[in-house]
Amino acid sequence: MNNILNEIGIENYIYLAVILFSIGVFGVLYRRNAIIVFMSIEIMLNAVNLLFVAFSTYHQDAEGQVFVFFSMAVAAAEVAVGLAILVSVFRNIGSIDIGKLKNLKG
Amino acid sequence: MSTVLIIFYILSAITLSMAFLAVFTRNPIHSAIYLVVCMMSIGGHFLLFNSQFLAIVQIIVYAGAIMVLILYTIMLMDLNKEHEVHRPRVTRLVAIILFSLTCIILILIFINSDPVAGTIDRYDNFGEDFQSIKKLGKVLLNEYLVPFEYASILLLTAMIGAVLLSKKEKPGK
Repeated sequence: MNNILNEIGIENYIYLAVILFSIGVFGVLYRRNAIIVFMSIEIMLNAVNLLFVAFSTYHQDAEGQVFVFFSMAVAAAEVAVGLAILVSVFRNIGSIDIGKLKNLKG
Repeated sequence: MSTVLIIFYILSAITLSMAFLAVFTRNPIHSAIYLVVCMMSIGGHFLLFNSQFLAIVQIIVYAGAIMVLILYTIMLMDLNKEHEVHRPRVTRLVAIILFSLTCIILILIFINSDPVAGTIDRYDNFGEDFQSIKKLGKVLLNEYLVPFEYASILLLTAMIGAVLLSKKEKPGK
């Protein structure tokens, strides 16, 4: 089978991943809802995963895909703990607006 | 234009627009559903690379497990009553400026570093198998056995941590 990057080119994947990552950064900065901020972090992780797989195919090496596998495991752990933290924040404060988390401000 | 390129453009359009909608929509549940479609289209990208294992894992873990967890949390919090206040206008402006800056700077870095130059012959597939599930399993369980075990410990710790954090404290204590 012909390599897929012959027809698409690695540049297109780089641009796609960069734009996707920037959308994640934008979401973190723009929204106040903590869950949406969480989802933006997931978007950023996915952009990086996509680029990992693209370069793994580019270099014909399986190790990039192994790294994507590990990063998915870390993302799953992160989501579980983060959502538990959000639930307990919601119980204590009554909202998950990140503008209201000012207890450390002094 | 070849068919693969057309499929790539369609998938990219779906990915980017769904990610943008997920960030912009007011209703968190709609946002989560848009994100599910975005994850699925990224799984489609993986399938386009012929990495079947990661496509399946992407759909099971991201579109399945993680998004169900997020949806349950949203439902648990009952956010529909309160309306999210917007950030002040300056912050929003800064967010937009930073978005464009990140985009432009990263793309310029990639253009100037020119990762494609010199290695153009590597595009050719030499016929050796490097991304089937069989090969991936061999690499994972031979060279990356220790990190693999650490990942299991990490997941166990995350599970215990999540249970401890979300447990209700008894009022008497």
